[in-house]
Amino acid sequence: MSTKTATHGAAAGAPVCGVENSLLRPGNTNCGGCGLSIVLSMIGRALDRAGKQTRMVIPACCGIVTAGGYPTSSYGSPVLGATFGGSPAFATGVAAVGDLNGEQDYVVINLAGDGGTYDIGMATLSAAAERNENFIYFCYDNEIYGNTGGQRSSATPVGAKTTTTPYGETVPKKDILSIMVAHRIPYAATLSIAHPEDFERKMLTAIRTRGFRFLLAHSPCPTGWKSEPSQTVQLVRIAVNSGLFALYEVFDGRRYRVNVSPDGSDPETYYGQQRRFPRDAVDFQVVRAEVGNAATRLAKLAEIWPARDDE
Amino acid sequence: MALEVVTGNHAAGYALSVGGEANRRARGVCCGIYPITPQTEIVEFVARFKFSKGRVVHVESEHSAMGVCIGAGMNGARSFTASAANGLTYMAENIFTAGYYRVPVVLVGVNRTMGPPWNIWADQSDTLMLRDGNCIQFYCEDNQEVVDSILLAFRLGEDRRILLPVMVIMEAFIMSHTQMNTELPEQGLVDRYLPPFDLPHRLDNARPSTVGGLAWPQETLSMRVEVDEVFRQIPAVYDECRQAFLDVFGRDVGGFTTPYETEDAELVLVASGTIATTTREVVKKRRAAGEKIGMVKVKAFRPFPEKELLGAVKNARKVGVLDRNYAAGIGGIFWQDLRAAAQGKRDDLVLQDYLVGVCGGDVTPDLIEECIEDLRGRRKAGSPVWKGIEA
Repeated sequence: MSTKTATHGAAAGAPVCGVENSLLRPGNTNCGGCGLSIVLSMIGRALDRAGKQTRMVIPACCGIVTAGGYPTSSYGSPVLGATFGGSPAFATGVAAVGDLNGEQDYVVINLAGDGGTYDIGMATLSAAAERNENFIYFCYDNEIYGNTGGQRSSATPVGAKTTTTPYGETVPKKDILSIMVAHRIPYAATLSIAHPEDFERKMLTAIRTRGFRFLLAHSPCPTGWKSEPSQTVQLVRIAVNSGLFALYEVFDGRRYRVNVSPDGSDPETYYGQQRRFPRDAVDFQVVRAEVGNAATRLAKLAEIWPARDDE
Repeated sequence: MALEVVTGNHAAGYALSVGGEANRRARGVCCGIYPITPQTEIVEFVARFKFSKGRVVHVESEHSAMGVCIGAGMNGARSFTASAANGLTYMAENIFTAGYYRVPVVLVGVNRTMGPPWNIWADQSDTLMLRDGNCIQFYCEDNQEVVDSILLAFRLGEDRRILLPVMVIMEAFIMSHTQMNTELPEQGLVDRYLPPFDLPHRLDNARPSTVGGLAWPQETLSMRVEVDEVFRQIPAVYDECRQAFLDVFGRDVGGFTTPYETEDAELVLVASGTIATTTREVVKKRRAAGEKIGMVKVKAFRPFPEKELLGAVKNARKVGVLDRNYAAGIGGIFWQDLRAAAQGKRDDLVLQDYLVGVCGGDVTPDLIEECIEDLRGRRKAGSPVWKGIEA
């Protein structure tokens, strides 16, 4: 029978033209300057470099909207849409059946935003990590519920105005990487679209590692952040260089490596380029102190429990 | 074939496991399991079973139990799980998803009163909440019917003309924890009965598509209409599965309804689950005393066996529905659907609802006798009658 149910019947074998990767096709529905578009291109290039295909699982988020409206699909790989809080369970099933059948030509990637990761998917994510399920969980963190028009999530930073924090967010964002590291998963890392070599190396590490892998990318949302689309990569670069978004990786939840140390850039520059932060919403002295403390903590961890040279 | 004395839960755990094991010849079996009273023994059985090509995932919630089943099914494996009451409501979002994705998960539901307060006894309101969840629903009355219906559920749900989740349902404790003589068919027979399964629209890198993304009203509607059309095909496919079951196991798994002494009956009782068993005994006794009384057991609630039920009451003047479930302010849920089916066709019927055993109370022969006496004295139907409320 012809089962057209909920299936985006993407043209089989459609040529992938104009882009350098086989994952994200041109003509997708992302906003201009969306960090996710760059994230997806970089994931696609890493997969191509590794000679692997993927089967993706994506919950309700901008990432599923990227596919476009039925019956088209902007993804060059099969994508299984998941319920908002359920994607790590869906991915568990997909990966488990792949393993049962000895299928090694593809890697399962569970792509989700911060709402699906930090909030509604937290329990399911924790359980999949605890079981050490064999897939890559990739969180693109745009620090809001972007798809619903920019509401606060537990990834929203202090001071940010969102449609549900009209007077500015007051609660510090969760340290999601520490939460995932506490599960002692084989690999956890932060990735930056402003550092493509580091991004690709980490993707390749994740692809060749078995078990649960958690990757986190800072992903500007010009629509929600009220930032210039052309400044997306630059914003991430400032976030990394100022220490606001630390680039590091953790093996087996125990061995740390800091990949890019802050270069003394002032975090204030980062805030100044986004109109989601009202002028007086952020105490920069506090931010500078926190960034310094976080960098010191990571450097200490990497000093006491360093990653091995071969990893 | 081995006759054993086992509980309903043991029977269900066995049938799910051998049914799952049968797919070792294809893409295997993968399921998510999570405990909840009174079905826990089912997932314990499944956890003990040594699958040749299977993975049992110990998830953190019922929502994820069904999530794993959907992911596994979408990658071509057979899948099943079990739950009850609040577990089913927590799972509900993903049950709808399984239906919309056309993933034929077999789900055993053990009827338990929705909490709070925490009451673990039988009440069908939990599974009936899912009556619009795109899954087929079979209500069973003994442990044998549970085994047989589960095996049939795999074959029916996985049939390419159907591809829908199937719920096989029994009542808490009265069945789940009660031992009965039960034939537990050996693996070889189950292998003969269940064809190897692979989902025709499963994830495929040669044909990349996005399942469950954005769709506009017209496209979504076409998917819903397709499911509606499938539901209309279920009775015919069920009959094929039932005949094949008889051929392989030498036993009839039963129809959507099972009438008893209804041919000339003036008064007919409609019941499901274990209440059907008790009702049949009461009817048997009254028949012996010369009364023109009958009963019909309802096994399938989705699809709703409208024609069969109207056929079973064709000579009756009075029909009493025994509902171990209710919708606040309206009444019993079986009664609601039967009333809708009779509308305009049998407006002459005195179609009366009795709410019996709701929240887990015992439904004794005496209680059913009271319903019969009440119905006898009625010239027209009234509001649903609550039974079992102490004065």
